[in-house]
Amino acid sequence: MARRIANSPAIGVAETPFSSLAVRGPAWDGRFTVLILFLPPALLLFTLFVVLPIGEAAWYSAFNWNGFGRPTNWIGFDNYRFVLETRAFWLALRNNGLIIAVSLAVQLPLALTLALMLAERFRGSVALRMLFFMPYILAEIATGLIFSFVYDGDYGLVASIWRSFGAEPPHLLASTDTSMLAVLIVIVWKYFGFHMMLFIAALQSLDKSLIEAARIDGATRLQALRHVVIPLLYPTIRLSVFFAIVGSLQLFDLVMPLTRGGPADSSNTMVSFLYNNGISRMRVGYGSAIGVILFAICVTFAFTYKRWFMRDE
Amino acid sequence: MRLLGKLGLAAAACLLLADVAAADTIVKWLHIEANPAQVKIWEEVARAYEASHPGVKVEMQFLENEAYKAKLPTILQSKDRPNIIYSWAGGVLKTQIEAGVLDDITEQVKGYSDSLTPAALAAFTANGRVYGLPTALSQVGFLCNKELMAKAKVDPAGIKSWDDLLAAVKTLKAAGVTPIVVGGADKWPLHFYWTHLAVRIGGKPAFDAALRGEDSGFAGETFQKSGELFKQLVDLQPFQNGFLGFKNPQAVGYFGDGKAAMTLAISTVYHLQRALAADKVGLSEDKICWFDFPVVSGGKGAPTDTLGGITGWLVTKGSPKEAVDFLKYFVSKDVQTRLAAGNFIIPVVQGADAGLNNAFMKLIAANLAKSNYHQNFYDQSLGPSVGRVVNDVTAEIAGGSMSPQNAAKAIEAAWKQGN
Repeated sequence: MARRIANSPAIGVAETPFSSLAVRGPAWDGRFTVLILFLPPALLLFTLFVVLPIGEAAWYSAFNWNGFGRPTNWIGFDNYRFVLETRAFWLALRNNGLIIAVSLAVQLPLALTLALMLAERFRGSVALRMLFFMPYILAEIATGLIFSFVYDGDYGLVASIWRSFGAEPPHLLASTDTSMLAVLIVIVWKYFGFHMMLFIAALQSLDKSLIEAARIDGATRLQALRHVVIPLLYPTIRLSVFFAIVGSLQLFDLVMPLTRGGPADSSNTMVSFLYNNGISRMRVGYGSAIGVILFAICVTFAFTYKRWFMRDE
Repeated sequence: MRLLGKLGLAAAACLLLADVAAADTIVKWLHIEANPAQVKIWEEVARAYEASHPGVKVEMQFLENEAYKAKLPTILQSKDRPNIIYSWAGGVLKTQIEAGVLDDITEQVKGYSDSLTPAALAAFTANGRVYGLPTALSQVGFLCNKELMAKAKVDPAGIKSWDDLLAAVKTLKAAGVTPIVVGGADKWPLHFYWTHLAVRIGGKPAFDAALRGEDSGFAGETFQKSGELFKQLVDLQPFQNGFLGFKNPQAVGYFGDGKAAMTLAISTVYHLQRALAADKVGLSEDKICWFDFPVVSGGKGAPTDTLGGITGWLVTKGSPKEAVDFLKYFVSKDVQTRLAAGNFIIPVVQGADAGLNNAFMKLIAANLAKSNYHQNFYDQSLGPSVGRVVNDVTAEIAGGSMSPQNAAKAIEAAWKQGN
């Protein structure tokens, strides 16, 4: 499954389909027909739903505009300057960095460890896999609501645990010191199952004879894991890292029900910052500027990553 | 010729019949009222109107407060927009008028508009043109819990000045009572403190000067001082634990549950706390007290100046004339008297306050009648962009992450950047 994802056109187009077409006459004809038939609709949809909205956002970002009528008040790059001068923007950027760091340092290792344990078939392994995968199925908004109850300092689960130790329970979501930590915990809880499933799928499609060969050669379980299994998993790990980072940059719907980016912007992500400013305040130009910056970050990352780490896939 | 005439008649009859069939005019009415008891009365009013106006249908649509504010610009520019929408007047209304998405209803309400409280109507008037009808007034002040106040031996009637309030907070804390509950996550309940202090310190002249950019605008002395005084209160840690994570309905419920001695709230909370309390009973009327926002020594504002809402309804561009007609019916003496009798509103139609049968509501109505300067909430008055910055910075002062000086500067910067 992992391989299929890695080679699907959306993610792995490193090898263009027509790199060696010119020399193969009949095949070229066939592919040309396919190209003529299938490229225009795809190109049209891509232009309509990707290029145009992004271009429109870039256009709006040059105006001081409240979303009513057509934008007329041209201010050039001022919106970008305003964004970069805002402390909350840098906080949001830092938070996105934190989310990426936690995803990579906590979430993926956890997912990998569980996958290694659950990839083998044993009694209850399927049930356990489903159990760990469950949070991923749950809608983000519902997850956020559930955890806002769990974290509640008066009635929540966390509060009762605290009280059982005889301590005054904290309001994790209401303090600038702890709000981001609380959000990070939910993120790990919500998404590790997804990565675990990717790893399990990859593990199950591994060529077992390689591991057996290593074992026959005298490698311990741990050595076989380190020198055979993990290297074989690299393509999936690279893919997981890619998903984790792009997902972290886009995080929004968990934050809103939990903290709405607060208190005092301490748990804003780039997207919640965009929403709070661009939509709630009707500063569409300003919001567009944030959107364009976020888009630039995502695109730069995606291309760099593909170029450096996923070249062979 | 005769045949032609007959045919013509038949055609005319067909047209007439078609006209009757198509006469169903739908008036789409978008509201944000969360109190089911009040919505029930509105429903009844709408049905009564339909009964007396055959061919007109009034469709009620609901959006939650914050969602409504966020979606409004898109809603207003859609072809399928509702005809009647909720409004807090102020800067948001001004933006909507400039964008040309509202109907000018001046001619249609001529004569009728004389029956409304002038100040309330003025909030929906711009450049001499009427764009909407007010429906209710409210006042911001301190609601208090008599039992908890008595427990700490604090006399609410004695809280007249800001220093009295600070002293009361200290006494309440010493007695182990949570002095004040506030819904800090929504931010706007916190902005009441900052705004009301500005109303007390600088009064109307300071606000008007700031709007004109005089006296350093919102970075000026009045607004810095309101931040400083608010900080004095915040430093006493008067709010419930985790107040920055509380949404307003939660906070109102907390007060209704009798867990805090005071809350600075809109007068409607007097009744709303019952619906939002955990037991749905809340505090009975004999257990609640009220005192006006304290005065500040040396302040230029009069003690009778009030902060509060002027809410009403707007008619969107291209709506059928029945929309205005229904509004006039809805904001009529009969309906207003009925809503006043249910203690839902302080009415805006003259004479409808006779319906008020509750001592508290009568007190608020009297306060508003006495007030020469009724300031609309700053977050509405200053428009969505600057208003939300006001909310932000008050929440930041409350959370200790911003100084009163920087808060005032941030508002001025936002004001200069424009809406």
